[in-house]
Amino acid sequence: MIEMTNAPIDYHALTESVRSSQSGAVVLFLGTVREMTEGRRTVALEYEGYPQMAEAKLAELESQARSRWPIDQVGIIHRLGHLELGDISVAIAVSCPHRKQAFEAGQFLIDELKVSVPIWKREIWDDGTTEWVHPS
Amino acid sequence: MLHIKLFAKAREVVGTPVVEIPWSEGQTVLQLKRALVEKHPGLQPMISRLLVAVNNDYAADDSMIQPGDEVACFPPVSGG
Repeated sequence: MIEMTNAPIDYHALTESVRSSQSGAVVLFLGTVREMTEGRRTVALEYEGYPQMAEAKLAELESQARSRWPIDQVGIIHRLGHLELGDISVAIAVSCPHRKQAFEAGQFLIDELKVSVPIWKREIWDDGTTEWVHPS
Repeated sequence: MLHIKLFAKAREVVGTPVVEIPWSEGQTVLQLKRALVEKHPGLQPMISRLLVAVNNDYAADDSMIQPGDEVACFPPVSGG
């Protein structure tokens, strides 16, 4: 399951959706809104996405991961819109027969998501200024 | 006419989520970037980092864009 949503992410339901008796390991990654970045204080993040392309790129990442690890099920949900401190921006759940495969596949998916999936975030700092995050 | 979707800082700088650029067959992604900057000079400072997607996939500077393609232009991504 791959989804972009403006609603809070139900990571319990996402995790349940990848569980099966074929898999001895389920890994869940949650990305959450962090308060401090290099000494500056965040009060909120705004996420913008290009949903159609984002879903296409995520589907490509899923198939790349499936070609490298014996994945049973994958679920990826990314949230868009206004998020407060501690809110969950992204959830990735992966099930595999064994734990090493599940950890590696989960790491691959979040690392690649951050590089190639068209989603952007804007910091809202505690001094009232805002700034698009564009990694160099 | 080519309709180009803009996102994030590119959208903000231009002030609208979609722009139109006159287009004919045989032109490339690089030509699109130049035309965008000419029409919207606010994009100039980020031109070297702007990415272009054609039909939901990243396109290199020498890729051709056909009239009717779905085209988007945006800065490097920062999701997660």
